[in-house]
Amino acid sequence: MVPDPEIPVLSILDLGIVRDVDVDEGVTVTLTPTYSGCPATEAIEASVLLALKNHGVDEIVIRRVLSPPWTTDWITEEGREKLLKYGIAPPSKHSEIACPQCNSLQTELVSEFGSTACKASWRCTDCLEPFEYFKCL
Amino acid sequence: MKDQALIAYTLRLADNALVLAQRMVELVAAEPELEEELANANFALDYIGQARMFYTLAGHLEGRGRSEDDFAFMRDEHEFRNLLLLEQPNGHFGDALVRQYLFEVFYVHQLEALTRCSDAGLAEIAARAIKEVTYHRRHSSQWLIRLGDGTELSHDRMQASLNDVWRYTGEMFSADAIDKAVQEDYSGPDLEEIRQIWLREVSTTVDEATLELPGDQWMAGGGKQGKHSEHLGFILAEMQYLQRSFPGATW
Repeated sequence: MVPDPEIPVLSILDLGIVRDVDVDEGVTVTLTPTYSGCPATEAIEASVLLALKNHGVDEIVIRRVLSPPWTTDWITEEGREKLLKYGIAPPSKHSEIACPQCNSLQTELVSEFGSTACKASWRCTDCLEPFEYFKCL
Repeated sequence: MKDQALIAYTLRLADNALVLAQRMVELVAAEPELEEELANANFALDYIGQARMFYTLAGHLEGRGRSEDDFAFMRDEHEFRNLLLLEQPNGHFGDALVRQYLFEVFYVHQLEALTRCSDAGLAEIAARAIKEVTYHRRHSSQWLIRLGDGTELSHDRMQASLNDVWRYTGEMFSADAIDKAVQEDYSGPDLEEIRQIWLREVSTTVDEATLELPGDQWMAGGGKQGKHSEHLGFILAEMQYLQRSFPGATW
């Protein structure tokens, strides 16, 4: 429901940053940041607040927890598929990264850094398309 | 209110992260290539994020209602407790890189020890931050090796950078009463142990970079006690300008 502001195809549930939702008289949502300096943290908290307000919830508490620290392992299976469809190679434990366009393993790292802190820039040497790779953390 | 030593220690961590981040921010749009531009900006952002978490924790431990912004913007030079190493001017690319590398090797091991300390707040920030700084260290060590073992010119300049900044490395390991209190009362880092690990790791990389480790020499100190070089004042003047001129301004 609430998208990640930097990769809008992913919801915050796909991303695995919603650690807990407690519905009592109000709603308490527990979130964890991806990176310490992730500029999206505040935007996500505001979106959650707004989404709940729009659903008629009045008493809302947003909690931010650091422990245990977020890892890319928490991105759901569905989230990985969405990333792939969107053209971003999902985090992988293998050293070979498949091209999200043509699936070739003939790919090379262009830069460890990309448009956001969580991504690296790669290139496919078969179809020649550049693509982004979601780094393991 | 929590133990004063723990608060002071947390503020040192916060000031280190903030002052280094501020130096890195000065390099935004001045890096020699696009990849470094992204790397530097991303890493600076990690440090600002860590500084925010440490300041927030310090404010919470202190219990006097000071926010991260109060600590960052409303304190003077003598109240900052960052290492002298981190406030040194950026110089050329190699100078900034060597400073970064020498600190990050120390910081990774400091954070690693802090993940096991008995204060839960500090331990969880350390567990979050170490993932980022480990990645930074990989990057800075690769550059050190590439430039040290590069051309004759790059080799000589890296050696000069290393020699220049070496005298600021001793402060990281000189344990004072605050370091000792955190080590003893909260199972915090043992700085002598970290010094040995640091020296081994730095020696290996410096060796691979075909550079020479500077020998034992006089080491500068005082940053951890609030006695700074003339450089910090200029950093703060720029960083704090808006809040000093328009206290409480928000946007």
